[in-house]
Amino acid sequence: MRAKFIHSMVVMLTSGLVISGCAAVSEQNDSAKNAAKDAATRQAALAMMQASFKTRGQASVDRLNQDETQSLCSQYQDNPPKEVREKIESLNQKLTLFPADGVLLGDWKEGEKIAQSGVGKQFSDNPENAAGGNCYACHQLTKAEVSYGNIGPSLYNYGKVRAYAPEITKYVYGKIYNAEAYSACSNMPRFGHSNILTPQQIKNVVALLMDPESPVNK
Amino acid sequence: MRNHFFTGLSSALTLALVLVVLPTGAQTSEQTLKEIERYRAALADGNPAELWEARGEDLWRKQRGPKMAALDKCDIGLGAGVVKGAYAVLPKYFADADRVMDLESRLVYCMVSLQGFTPEQAKKDPFGGPNKKSDIEALVAFITAASRGVKMNVVASHPKEQEYYELGKKMFFHRGGPHDFSCANCHGADNQRIRLQDLPNLLKQPAAQSAYTSWPAYRVSQGELRSFQWRLFDCFRQQRFPELVFTSDASVALTMFLAKNANGGVLSAPSIKR
Repeated sequence: MRAKFIHSMVVMLTSGLVISGCAAVSEQNDSAKNAAKDAATRQAALAMMQASFKTRGQASVDRLNQDETQSLCSQYQDNPPKEVREKIESLNQKLTLFPADGVLLGDWKEGEKIAQSGVGKQFSDNPENAAGGNCYACHQLTKAEVSYGNIGPSLYNYGKVRAYAPEITKYVYGKIYNAEAYSACSNMPRFGHSNILTPQQIKNVVALLMDPESPVNK
Repeated sequence: MRNHFFTGLSSALTLALVLVVLPTGAQTSEQTLKEIERYRAALADGNPAELWEARGEDLWRKQRGPKMAALDKCDIGLGAGVVKGAYAVLPKYFADADRVMDLESRLVYCMVSLQGFTPEQAKKDPFGGPNKKSDIEALVAFITAASRGVKMNVVASHPKEQEYYELGKKMFFHRGGPHDFSCANCHGADNQRIRLQDLPNLLKQPAAQSAYTSWPAYRVSQGELRSFQWRLFDCFRQQRFPELVFTSDASVALTMFLAKNANGGVLSAPSIKR
């Protein structure tokens, strides 16, 4: 009796294991199938885009092609799982270059002009002109400028509330140079890495945030 | 008509006033938004889109092209010659062309097949400018105006339509270019703004509906009526992408994604915008 009971328990447990094992395998198959289908659809969408856009001015059709960061962020609709997030941040940390002379602070007055200007990299822009950073499109910065967006956090008093700490200054330079190194799939462009702003322009924007004399900190 | 011109002028003056009274200080941004709302309400008073609608109606009925035919036999979604309500079912698969088409690509198709224009002639002036008028934008104004008050109803039951919807969705999330931008970066979250411009979340129904159903629109700042093809073209310019080709497959696929997300919304186009 007892042996029979144990036997049937074992059978029950084993079949339970087998069933859950099957479910896991088929779930794995399903998710692998879905991932393959998803990748194929993304590939088809890219092919359709390549046939639907044309080079104009400085904006060549190459811009449709994605680097690894852009591809992963698109795949996960900007919300990747932890391990992918870490991968994106680590590969972009390797792509973040700091100035050789160690100077990170430029001229905040020039930084304010860069923050105001949305010019640059569009097919309607003259590539001879320096690009802007268009910081106000997404961030509050100085108190005087009331026309600011809210896609990014407010940066009013940014340096002041952080006591102008040198490690923060370094972080700000790095963040502007390559936002993906700090926050995977951020909405923020990689201004240095993608050659939108020059290192000197980035220094000027850093000063806008970190110079005690900047109106951002008044 | 003259009346509307003056209303337009007074709207422009209202804009100037709004700009002057923009308050200073972060805590007053709510007040700023209220002022912008007031300006928009003032604009809605008189809409110069009527000028485009009237010209479009003439173009629709006029015998033109090498075949000297009118467009009023064109099937834009609800059968030959049916204009009312047709915009609400687009984009749609058309068996005669074996293609999914939006309004603009369907108009080009009819100008070619019924009137005998070459595709190049039909697409010559997709968007109006300072020294040129766009026949397509006028036709778009006439046809969309005939669907005012109609609910968006993109069925998307044909496999090709479903395929275009899925491709359009992928394009919406496709990050690229020097700024890493996709449509989703600006239009994938609630209550976002660029400067003071509201950005509708095109992934959620109420915002997707009110955004889609308000296009095409007369743009006060440009003095032009702008089609949905123009809206996409100019979004991609600002996204730092290359030029979206007029009536291209990608433009139709993305329109399919956005139009279907707006199902149930009541069309109010052509509207008037800043």
